[in-house]
Amino acid sequence: MKRTFQSWLEGDLDLLSEIPDAAEVRNLSRRKLKDIHKEERSRIRALPVTRRVARLERRAFRSWYRILAVGCCMALLGVFLFMTAHVTRYGEENPRASEVADRYLAHGVEETGAINAVAGMILDYRAFDTLGESHVLFTALICVMVLLQRDSKNMRPDYEDYFRIRQEWYYPTEQDPILRRVGMVLGPGILMLGCYILLGGHLGPGGGFSGGAVLGTGLVILASALGDETVDRILTGKRFRWISFVALCFYSLAKGYVFFTGANGLENHIPKGTPGAILSAGLILPLDIAVGLVVGCTMFGFYSLFRRGSIGGQ
Amino acid sequence: MEFVRNFPLLTIILSLVSSVLCTLLSGRAAKRYTVILETLLILMAGAVLAYTIRSGTSFTYVMGEFPAPWGNEIRAGVLEALMAVMLLTVLLCGVQGGWRFLELDVEQSKHNLYFSLVNLFTAALMALIWTNDIFTGYVFLEIMTLASCGLIVAREIGRTTLAAVRYMILNLLGSGLFLLGVVMLYNLTGHLLMVPMAGAVSELVEEGAQMPLTFSLAMITIGLGIKSGMFPFYFWMPDTYGASTATSAVILSSLVSKAYIFLLFKILFRAIGAEVYVALPIRAILLLLGVLGMAAGSVSAIRSGSLNRMVAYSSAAQIGYIFMGLGLGTEAGFTAALFQILAHAVTKSLLFLTTPRLSLVSGDSMLFQRIQGSGRRAKDAGVFFTVAALSMVGIPVFAGFSAKLLFAVAAVETGRPWVILAVMAALGVSSVLNVLYFIRTVIRIYAKPQDAGPEEPYPVPKELRRQYRVSAAVLTGLNLFLGLFSWVTANLIRQGLSMFG
Repeated sequence: MKRTFQSWLEGDLDLLSEIPDAAEVRNLSRRKLKDIHKEERSRIRALPVTRRVARLERRAFRSWYRILAVGCCMALLGVFLFMTAHVTRYGEENPRASEVADRYLAHGVEETGAINAVAGMILDYRAFDTLGESHVLFTALICVMVLLQRDSKNMRPDYEDYFRIRQEWYYPTEQDPILRRVGMVLGPGILMLGCYILLGGHLGPGGGFSGGAVLGTGLVILASALGDETVDRILTGKRFRWISFVALCFYSLAKGYVFFTGANGLENHIPKGTPGAILSAGLILPLDIAVGLVVGCTMFGFYSLFRRGSIGGQ
Repeated sequence: MEFVRNFPLLTIILSLVSSVLCTLLSGRAAKRYTVILETLLILMAGAVLAYTIRSGTSFTYVMGEFPAPWGNEIRAGVLEALMAVMLLTVLLCGVQGGWRFLELDVEQSKHNLYFSLVNLFTAALMALIWTNDIFTGYVFLEIMTLASCGLIVAREIGRTTLAAVRYMILNLLGSGLFLLGVVMLYNLTGHLLMVPMAGAVSELVEEGAQMPLTFSLAMITIGLGIKSGMFPFYFWMPDTYGASTATSAVILSSLVSKAYIFLLFKILFRAIGAEVYVALPIRAILLLLGVLGMAAGSVSAIRSGSLNRMVAYSSAAQIGYIFMGLGLGTEAGFTAALFQILAHAVTKSLLFLTTPRLSLVSGDSMLFQRIQGSGRRAKDAGVFFTVAALSMVGIPVFAGFSAKLLFAVAAVETGRPWVILAVMAALGVSSVLNVLYFIRTVIRIYAKPQDAGPEEPYPVPKELRRQYRVSAAVLTGLNLFLGLFSWVTANLIRQGLSMFG
């Protein structure tokens, strides 16, 4: 028993190999499919393999696994509690950690031109980290595309069913009158709010990441209220790729230019402007827009890939 | 300022831009472009290496207008440049040599996405090597984690999905611990850049406030240990390395885990300070875990029933060597560990390039019974596999031998009987176990097959065969270079370590 568990843990044992595929029953209505799936699940539960796994897990969990897990968690908890005792209390000033933060607060406005100290910090003082951070999202998007993209280019015969099933399985949100009406009212407002947060990042709370998230949400709401085809007309797959490309390339190249000039002691000729004006704070505003576009596209891309396996239609 | 000092920045920015560009290209174009880009990056890193060796100093590069404690920084010395050159060469060989398997494993329309991920990984690798800032390390560590998950699932079979999920859960646990450690260190010291942090840490040690420091460093070490496959946390290895396509396996086994370990090196040396680290109890624990990992990884490799899982498990043992070197806590130990990073990167990539070839000529199976005689069917892969296996075992003239020799010398130099005994015993046991499974496999692939042996199911074009042979030959050459001229690399590493602190 222990050996079986060990080989399952290491991935040698495929416990699902005895379970047949339900491919032949795909061409059915939603309700019928639901029943079939219910039946399938109960059948799987009754299989000897499943019972064996369940028994195995129960045994393994009953004995050492639980004790070990609790022990590890308690040890970690103790460490964290101990560490918390050494952290500065909320609202108090940290005597050690003040050097860098004080400089950001005292000279942030004159050095970066941004009234919002956070924007100045992440997009000017520590812009390299944020350059990486915006590519983290892009990486996640590429991973989801590798995993889920199904479109005309990689069509295999067994995918034809796949699209039909998706259409039948998913609730057609655009036919829901309430969602449609509410989405029509709210969607443009949310998009406007997103743009506002995006553009005001250097003046107050907001910026590329939060604004982009709101923009993406607005697009998702519009897509579910008006139907995917409506949004496809504005945001085709090609445009989607180009927006990501231009925004991220602009970010990398603009910041690369600033890093290059800064390190070589050259003048970078980027005007800081008057703090408080909408066109101020040097590169922060354009970078915010670039980040916002990437984040918005990524959020909508996730939705679209999970919902229908492609961005901007097949 | 000399122009060559801009090259570290350029390697990162160029890879980032290329990753986005690859999504717009076709698969074939993306691959050609990636190969050209990586050649360029190797040349740049080589220029930095030559510059740092000639000038005998390292340099920091301010990212933007704001100097040390306020803005980001990257740093280049002999050690960083050496790592960059070697690891990028391995990456290039992996991409070139793995192309024939990529054609079979990854869907044609996703090749451009695959190379986009490879470029993102390259950017993260470069950033982790050059960084002089702990938080930059965290950000690019995230990119590397996500990109490696993508590289695993690119081969769309059930096993890779399972492997990627397991890999991601463990890696996110590691990232979380690392982030917590970084947050605590920031709270204690008030800095994220490594040099100011080291100053604050030595003040803390003088005040006697060592406990919180130890715990935060322990969290960082465990986090990076989970991600790189330290002793108790290596169970994700076989599926992750064994099931993904050859290029991904090369990247994951030879480069990803090495990048994490190199980041740990940087943190220990530059953010904590070598003297502080040597005095902490973490060192002894690392030594113990390294020694245990060397034995446990080999035992798991012996017990596994298929070629790819065996090769993957042997990584756990080799990672154990590196942590053992870290745990020795002397300069010779660190040199040996860094040498082992390079030796293992060169050897394991060769193994992962040859195993899929051996399995392809055996009816696409990795099982030991099926691969019998595969070295006769695929002559080139058989030879390259034998070379890599001999290096893993530690036969002189190959890189593995030099690494083991360096470890033994380092252990003797410590002068502590228990340490010498433990390290020698571990080296001996590990070598014997290595012989047990690697030489057994070499004999098996040259033994007479029980039946006639299946035909090669997927014939490949000649051009790809040449690419494959060339990249495997380059890796073999690097292996021999590390083995025969080990003092060149070891001296470079020593020089780099002396400018590290």
